[in-house]
Amino acid sequence: MAEYEFETEGVKKTFTFMNRKAPYGTVYALEVLETVLISAAFEQHANIVFADDGVYQLKAGHDTTGIGMKNFSPTFGIIEMEKEDADEDEDIDMVWRIIVEKESMEARGLTADDFKVEVEVLSAAELADIVDASDCVISG
Amino acid sequence: MLHTVNKSPFERNSLDTCLRLAKKGSAILLIEDGVIGAVKGTVQSAKIEGAVKDHPVFVLGPDLKARGLAEDQVIDGVKVVDYAGFVDLAEEHGTHSAWL
Repeated sequence: MAEYEFETEGVKKTFTFMNRKAPYGTVYALEVLETVLISAAFEQHANIVFADDGVYQLKAGHDTTGIGMKNFSPTFGIIEMEKEDADEDEDIDMVWRIIVEKESMEARGLTADDFKVEVEVLSAAELADIVDASDCVISG
Repeated sequence: MLHTVNKSPFERNSLDTCLRLAKKGSAILLIEDGVIGAVKGTVQSAKIEGAVKDHPVFVLGPDLKARGLAEDQVIDGVKVVDYAGFVDLAEEHGTHSAWL
């Protein structure tokens, strides 16, 4: 088996994770979520963005017992805890933002109160600046 | 930043969201089924006709050709590029965002 050595010392980038798909219908949401958690292991900055049907990933009250799939929404609670730790601990140089695009949220009749975690609601124009300023965009 | 769109605007909202979230001045390249968005005279044409005012817009020639679409059917202001042009755009713009 090949051995890998990651030269990540001192490497700090800002990742934008662009979640645009509803959960469970496709594997996109789960795959992006796993990538977010990997970025935490490497202490990278992350904008975890939800737009289009991706906003449904954050909807409170997922119950997948009837469809025989794993409910991955508790993971968002872990992400929120991870973010709070990073915000509070001065030794952790990691800025995480959980962002919902206002236009997508409103188009679906949702408000920030419908979500499982605390989010920043930003307009498309504000979000465009954030996407443009990131070092890497992971799309799903 | 270089934005790519690979879905037809008739099938998905990828182009709409790209145009909403791409910062003014950033480049947009239409590839695969995304090339359908670059065609004149469709009910979707207004999107790219508007986009060329705010962004450099490109379309991948081999994907047009594969779908029987000619370069003269492409909306004015959209530049047709080949694979080498795609590589140049990627190299020139550094960061990439894929709208799937």
